[in-house]
Amino acid sequence: MTIASLLAALPASVAQGLLWGIMAIGVFITFKILDIADLTVDGSIALGGAVAVMAITHGVSIGVAMVLATVSGLAAGLVTGILHTLLGIPDILAGILSQISLYSINMNIMGKSNQAVSVDRFPLLVTLRDIPHTVIMAAIFLVVLIAILYWYFGTEQGAMIRATGCNVNMARAQGINTNLCKVIGLALSNGLVALSGALIAQYQGNADVNMGRGAIVIGLAAVIIGQVISEALFKRQINFALRMLFAAIGAVIYYMVITFVLWLGLPSQDMKLFSAIVVAVFLAVPYLKGKWNTSFAHAEINDTEGVED
Amino acid sequence: MLELKNIRKTFNKGTINEKPALRGVNLTLEDGDFATVIGGNGAGKSTMLNAIAGVWPLDAGKVIINGTDVTHIPEYKRAKYLGRVFQDPMTGTAADMQIMENLSLAYRRGKSHGLRWSITRAEKEKYHELLKELDLGLEDRMTSKVGLLSGGQRQALTLLMATIQRPELLLLDEHTAALDPKTAAKVLELTDKFVNEGKLTALMVTHNMHDAIAHGNRLIMMDEGRIIIDIKGEEKKKLTVEDLLAKFEQVSGSEFDSDKALLSK
Repeated sequence: MTIASLLAALPASVAQGLLWGIMAIGVFITFKILDIADLTVDGSIALGGAVAVMAITHGVSIGVAMVLATVSGLAAGLVTGILHTLLGIPDILAGILSQISLYSINMNIMGKSNQAVSVDRFPLLVTLRDIPHTVIMAAIFLVVLIAILYWYFGTEQGAMIRATGCNVNMARAQGINTNLCKVIGLALSNGLVALSGALIAQYQGNADVNMGRGAIVIGLAAVIIGQVISEALFKRQINFALRMLFAAIGAVIYYMVITFVLWLGLPSQDMKLFSAIVVAVFLAVPYLKGKWNTSFAHAEINDTEGVED
Repeated sequence: MLELKNIRKTFNKGTINEKPALRGVNLTLEDGDFATVIGGNGAGKSTMLNAIAGVWPLDAGKVIINGTDVTHIPEYKRAKYLGRVFQDPMTGTAADMQIMENLSLAYRRGKSHGLRWSITRAEKEKYHELLKELDLGLEDRMTSKVGLLSGGQRQALTLLMATIQRPELLLLDEHTAALDPKTAAKVLELTDKFVNEGKLTALMVTHNMHDAIAHGNRLIMMDEGRIIIDIKGEEKKKLTVEDLLAKFEQVSGSEFDSDKALLSK
């Protein structure tokens, strides 16, 4: 438990944070743009990992394997979108249904709960054995993806999706097929999440059917941490590309905090509890602040302050 | 322009809360008609507008806009014929998007949305000119989020969005009811301007009898899901509140029950 051991662990947490940052951008699309908490991601991150590892170990080139993983995620999001829009299932429940089905699907893809992929045998894009290389690769992925998404959400189609998430009634009155927009957004989000899963699987050297458990919580934590920091730095007026970048930075900070509390001696089995508490606190604080500002108690304090003046 | 043929809608059918909202509404609007719609609470005014906009399917009847039967066309596809302004200023605009982004969405109403950039430079200039005409200083705040605007500013912007592409029919659903009297007057003034300059066909629901009489060339009064009075031309021009109340009593056999409509000047 020396400072040196903490510092030694930090580069790995940056690498991990950047890889999970891609997933955080996916969560940003559903949670911040579409205003949907999409639970599919727990399944689609493992789906991306499973598809990529099985493809790579069966001799498919890395590039094609990455594309296959991304497409599988798009399909998973598409299913959630259809369950939600065409079949009228509430968004959270639609995500849970997809997530649960993906457990079986991922087991079928891999044939067992865990499949290894060795960096010694395959030219993997990232690996925990080469942290600096991983950090650079992950950063390149992030920059390219953010550039593409920034362009896409600036187009007519992207504006349509943003309007749907912002005000469904307005969007429909402007002739926007809001159901289609939700499906596109969910597919896009899960495509990114699966891409992230494919990279994470390569990084850790295996795909595991449980690798996505609690991923939504990490994603939400990253998005919220990123938002809080960007608001503190820029006072709300912030460019769309930066907002996505901060979601990814949020993931890096999340992993650095995790490394730190593990170093402090928190048992690793308590990590998920810790993550959930962090997310709950960050989600609750703005609500409670708003409630306090409009409460009777607050009005009373203002009143007394007024008298003293 | 607009034909409503015996349209019917009952909410919560088969439950204890069953509410027949439209009981066979027939209406034909000519090209360029600006009809105000008045009636007590629950008379079916807003329901009629929602029926035209296609918010939900009808139980019976037909909605025909400019010769096209739109009865079975979903809300988002009907939008290309319609400009809409709602009672709640929050409803008509996207709060988290910029003023010019909102305008660009309205500018593309009913068109396909491709992968072109959502606002062109030429559009920005056009929006700047149009916002200037509103005389609210919004032309200098084109990149501000709409959520930062006041209710009146948002309604004026929604009005601009509803008419930026000439709609076959403009639907105004008590669009000044949530505003203070001064702002409401300004928004009504803008409404007249847009309707007259664009020679638009419009339906304006209002709670205010004076407004209903002062604006438009036609006045429709609804009661219990039906149109009971339809006044146009010279008769509409000479109409007073007293005339209207007398007519209502004569037709419906009861007294007009909306204090809000009577008291608001």
